[in-house]
Amino acid sequence: MMLIACPHCGPRAHTEFSYARTMDAILPLAVSAADAARILYERENPRGPSQELWRHTHGCRSWLRLTRHTATHVITEVAPWPPTGTPG
Amino acid sequence: MKRFSALSLLRAGLEGQKRWPRHWRDPEPAKHYDVIVIGGGGHGLATAYYLARTHGVKSVAVIEKGWIGGGNTGRNTTIVRSNYRQPQLQRLLEYSLQTWETLSDELNYNLMFSQRGAVFLGHSDGDMVKLAERGDSLRCAGIDAELLSRDQVARLAPCLDLSPDARFPVLGGLIQKRGGTARHDAVAWGFARAADALGVDVIQNCEVTGFSMTGGRVTGVRTTRGDIGAGRVGICVAGNSGLVAGLAGLKLPIESHLLQAFVSEPVKPMLDTVIMSQSIHAYISQSDKGEMVVGGDPDHYPTYSQRGSPHRIEEVAAQAISLIPAMSRLRMLRCWAGTTDMSFDGSPIIGPTPIDGLYLNGGWCYGGFKATPGSGRLYAHLLATGASHEIAAPFGLDRFERGATIDEAGAGPAPQAR
Repeated sequence: MMLIACPHCGPRAHTEFSYARTMDAILPLAVSAADAARILYERENPRGPSQELWRHTHGCRSWLRLTRHTATHVITEVAPWPPTGTPG
Repeated sequence: MKRFSALSLLRAGLEGQKRWPRHWRDPEPAKHYDVIVIGGGGHGLATAYYLARTHGVKSVAVIEKGWIGGGNTGRNTTIVRSNYRQPQLQRLLEYSLQTWETLSDELNYNLMFSQRGAVFLGHSDGDMVKLAERGDSLRCAGIDAELLSRDQVARLAPCLDLSPDARFPVLGGLIQKRGGTARHDAVAWGFARAADALGVDVIQNCEVTGFSMTGGRVTGVRTTRGDIGAGRVGICVAGNSGLVAGLAGLKLPIESHLLQAFVSEPVKPMLDTVIMSQSIHAYISQSDKGEMVVGGDPDHYPTYSQRGSPHRIEEVAAQAISLIPAMSRLRMLRCWAGTTDMSFDGSPIIGPTPIDGLYLNGGWCYGGFKATPGSGRLYAHLLATGASHEIAAPFGLDRFERGATIDEAGAGPAPQAR
């Protein structure tokens, strides 16, 4: 079980959160078909630190950017996303 | 290879089981092979066996970083069935199931393949409609399926909670009688032994660290035991496909997640079929040792850790107990997790990669065990001929950009489907 420090709610069990996708897989609105296929489907899938988009689904419902190690589960960074303004 | 027979078993018994030869050699890697298969799991070993047996490829090696069958081959819940909904998956898994049916004889190895039936339970009118629809679709494809009434389910598995006020009341089910279970380790060992007898080099403790490339074509692999040349190289390392393909600079439509499974302490026979459900996600069978074997959903985030969270254990145990209340009195003996290749439509990938000479078999999500022999035959066809077998053709890597995904769960482009 991972403990995720939500910047709005404090440390909570990871079961309150849901993983959405890796940060490089966020699809902009204006994008070509080829780029959309690449962004949607191609993954680094690293064994090591990974930048991921999570959501505090069963809490404040905010989107969060996590830096998380995919083998040790150590979380080194949790930040609101997008960095400013309301989630898109 | 010393063949197993009633006579040879009797003789070995009288000799105190001391004169069995090694089941496969422990060869040094040669300088060059016609085909190298990376990954000594069930799929990789099956591929090597069919390359030698069906296609007569003279020099084949399987390269495994640890020991054979030490990954997901040894971590699954051993269920074999072909009762899928999408026609492409039906063809693929029925091809595999038919191979299972004669495989113990063919390999001269007891895979303990037991066609004890695989039942989906229905808990509501909606469930029963979906099961009837799935059954019709299967029968149209020539695959056995039989809709069961509540009474028929009760006769088949009296240990289920069949009361009307059960948490998940049982209204009926859909059975594939040819489905069942097989001994997972024996599948790896049986294929390794049979492949070795045909001259395949099964090379363990040899990790691939890179690819040798000449003019944009893969010409071999770099390993912890030296460089090895190859005519064609097949990746077959589900769970780690992204990492191995990454060594060649490829990015795949795959994320590595984890799936947990559990076994209870062994008890006397109480369930002689495989129980699954249309609505909830616990699948239950009893091993030949008597342990109740249970699996559920993956943990739903990328990880290579091979260890899962307790919340999933709690959820799966709660579902299993709601179906079979007597399981509440059993102690869980072990739980474990495997790293699964989660593809973005829930279906496997078997096909060429954009790099000449390099092929991919992966993305099996958490449904790869049942496909082991079929996957081996199809991948061997691809590696021997360079072209996909017609059953494997829909499962190419290019299906994502073409929008031709095979989405059994209807879940869209997310690596969370079956």
